[in-house]
Amino acid sequence: MTTHLLSIKDLTKENALNILDTAEELARITETPVKKLPTLRGRTIVNLFFEDSTRTRISFEAAAKRLSADVINFSAKGSSLSKGESLKDTALTLQAMGADGVVIRHPASGAAQRLADQKWMTGSVINAGDGTHEHPTQALLDAFTIRQHLKQSQGDLSGLRVAIVGDVLHSRVARSNVHLLEKLGAKVTLVAPPTLLPVAVESWKVAVRYDFDEELNEYDVVMMLRVQRERMDEAFFPSEREYSRRFGLNGERLSKLSKDCLVMHPGPMNRGLEISADSADSSKSVIVDQVRNGVAVRMATLYLLLGGN
Amino acid sequence: MAVVLDSSEINRALKRIAHEIIERNKGTSNLVLMGIPTRGAALSTRLAKVLSDLEGQPVEHGTLDTTMYRDDLRGSAPRTLAKTEIPAGGVHEKEVVLVDDVLFSGRTIRAALDALAEHGRPKSVQLAVLIDRGHRELPIRADFVGKNVPTNRSERVSVKLVEIDGADEVQIEGRP
Amino acid sequence: MSILLKNVKTASGDLVEIAFESGRFIEPKDASKEAQVIDGKGLTVIPGLVDLHTHLREPGKEDAETVLSGSKAAVSGGYTAISAMPNTNPVADTAGVVEQVYRLGQVHGICDVFPIGAVTVGQLGKSLAEMGAMNSSEAKVRIFSDDGNCVWDSLIMRRALEYVKSFDGLIAQHAEDPRLTHDSQMNEGAVSAELGLKGWPAAAEESIIARDILLSEHVGSRLHICHLTTAGGVELVRWAKARGIQVTAEVTPHHLLLTDEKARSYDPIYKVNPPLRTDRDVQALREGLADGTIDIVATDHAPHPAENKECEWAAAAFGMIGLETSLSITYLAMVKSGLMKLEDLLPKMAKNPAQIGRYEGHGELKPGNWANFALIDTSAIWKVERTGIVSKSKNSPFVGSELPVKVIKTFFRGNEVYSQ
Ligand SMILES: [Zn+2]
Repeated sequence: MTTHLLSIKDLTKENALNILDTAEELARITETPVKKLPTLRGRTIVNLFFEDSTRTRISFEAAAKRLSADVINFSAKGSSLSKGESLKDTALTLQAMGADGVVIRHPASGAAQRLADQKWMTGSVINAGDGTHEHPTQALLDAFTIRQHLKQSQGDLSGLRVAIVGDVLHSRVARSNVHLLEKLGAKVTLVAPPTLLPVAVESWKVAVRYDFDEELNEYDVVMMLRVQRERMDEAFFPSEREYSRRFGLNGERLSKLSKDCLVMHPGPMNRGLEISADSADSSKSVIVDQVRNGVAVRMATLYLLLGGN
Repeated sequence: MAVVLDSSEINRALKRIAHEIIERNKGTSNLVLMGIPTRGAALSTRLAKVLSDLEGQPVEHGTLDTTMYRDDLRGSAPRTLAKTEIPAGGVHEKEVVLVDDVLFSGRTIRAALDALAEHGRPKSVQLAVLIDRGHRELPIRADFVGKNVPTNRSERVSVKLVEIDGADEVQIEGRP
Repeated sequence: MSILLKNVKTASGDLVEIAFESGRFIEPKDASKEAQVIDGKGLTVIPGLVDLHTHLREPGKEDAETVLSGSKAAVSGGYTAISAMPNTNPVADTAGVVEQVYRLGQVHGICDVFPIGAVTVGQLGKSLAEMGAMNSSEAKVRIFSDDGNCVWDSLIMRRALEYVKSFDGLIAQHAEDPRLTHDSQMNEGAVSAELGLKGWPAAAEESIIARDILLSEHVGSRLHICHLTTAGGVELVRWAKARGIQVTAEVTPHHLLLTDEKARSYDPIYKVNPPLRTDRDVQALREGLADGTIDIVATDHAPHPAENKECEWAAAAFGMIGLETSLSITYLAMVKSGLMKLEDLLPKMAKNPAQIGRYEGHGELKPGNWANFALIDTSAIWKVERTGIVSKSKNSPFVGSELPVKVIKTFFRGNEVYSQ
């Protein structure tokens, strides 16, 4: 394993599978009444959140605590820290506090890599979402969830067809998933209006569709991305209604999905916009599993990054 | 390289341990063997077979991974986790015998005791090892020992088992 | 007393003697008998370089650079004339501010500092600044630019181009459609897609260049395109020149060498406006400079204090310093690559910019001109050390690099103003 987890690109296929297998075993252990493992006793993990994300922070916090690490939550949003000029000072503070690991969420792409590269601190850096760049643990928990349902929790994801639908341009979840799914052998199709796909998307190893209904019944997984309502003001699409009609997962599309197709969403959802309530709550939906699996995957990541340090 | 036990000696040692376990626990009806991966788990499977052959009834056995309970993780690459398999009857109120290949510092057994405690409160916990090489760092001793092998700290005891390594043999490496 | 420089080579390798007296070059035969002799053995003499695009930060941000520190940085890079961009605080949009900057340069006496005036009041793009007054001032401003901002409003641009005709002025356009580059961080393409940094399309630059070329043709005015960065932009300028439109263009040393791949480090030392582009663009810029489509090399020297670069990419300031490495980087990109000879490159860094800016007496080693020149060692290899940087700011992407060509001495009006 690497020292840091900044991008899925830091991982080999073997690294990624090792994380998934470790998470699998940890999920099994923690299914029993065992709530806490002594593995990281005496280590300090700092949750450094420059952006609100209660669910991600709680998931990392639960993972760290189940491994008996000391957790310090550092919410920098709204304070002077969120202005950016003091990322260096924050790092120096964390170094002085003796942080063994830093879980960072930041609105700027590359902030996690910056923290890791600058030698301002010696601890491991885990990217919990940086701007519109990557969110590697989300991709890992997505892969874990897909494997759990479609591959008996074993091996890679070869042969599966995964559609990632929506605002790919601004989605760190999509970027991490594109890299990881490709590594694990799945075939990815991006489904979005051209305005919400990056220019040069053809350099990615994915198929691109502007029409959600085309091949709808051929996907094994449909991963819906959150649409930010303010994107409408920037003319990315004409109206919420049009977006929802063309790219939303509604009841009609749900009924056309193949029998075992999984419906996923990284949350938080805009019910009624990119996903209808009946789709989110259907038997195909594994959205709740994604949240649950997040803790095991993050435990595995923390253990593998910090366990030997 | 010095051979400490060959294949037939390993099997004889396991048979002797099996007899001692039966004697100590007055049979196998409340017994659970918990092997510590990797080679302890293989030994425990063999021991369970010997015990059930002797007693004419199956013996409950499982595996217990101690990795996440170790206090010496720092400084080495993180290990990949092995499986923990608790038998259907659980470990609560059972006579649990931990099975490992080599007893050395005692830290693995300490971790195993912690791991075991998360799954219930056994009536008693005993320890069976194929080799006791000394150099304990904790107040831990084995109840059943295949062979006591005095060693230097710098030496390495290598246990090979058919199930994992293709052959049965215990050697000491690094002895001049 | 005259001074005679002996044993020096020209850029093309010929041994020459150079003479000067009272701050100006003279014919060597006219040098007085008792002339002081400088032995320049092994060195190459080049005209003092002229930069049409320099950010000096005074007034307003003297912690980053001052007229004095920028002048010292300039002469250490072989420059003897620099052009101060008006995006200071206050903006150089009045005769008062441009005169202040000009006088500071003259008082220091290290090199000429020619202020560039703002096109619009406060560089806000709304109403024309008093360009006539700036031209009539002691600073005699001829070049106007809102650099940092684009003169985006087509009507304002048209009027500005027309207005400066009356005193042979020109508008130096920072070509960037602001609607297409709102919050943009780097070149839009495969790398930006992967890094999740907001893209800056080439079209945002090219559309303004195309518009301004057409406006320039329509009103018959001189237009100068600042820091060209795209293959498309080179094509547009080539087309305009073929049509006889009075357009000139510049390229920076860093755009001749670096690509957007550098952004993969997320190190904002590579964050610059306009952004680093692709390898294809770099090749087109080099070809454009070699074939004369691009008239000059300009540094876009943009000093920033450390705290504006020691942060995450999006929070960092745009720009890099360049005066001290300009000759070396341009040499590396153009001469080492075999595209140009040094003697053909130098006019793009001295004679042509002096001609565009109407900087009298600059840019050539000829009798009557100011005795502005530098002695360089074309065989030297030097390492850029942070501690060796003369500029107040250290934001050079080339720290740690080994570069060809070292400036050994620089003379301004016959006085040695820099010695290695
Ligand atoms: Zn500019």
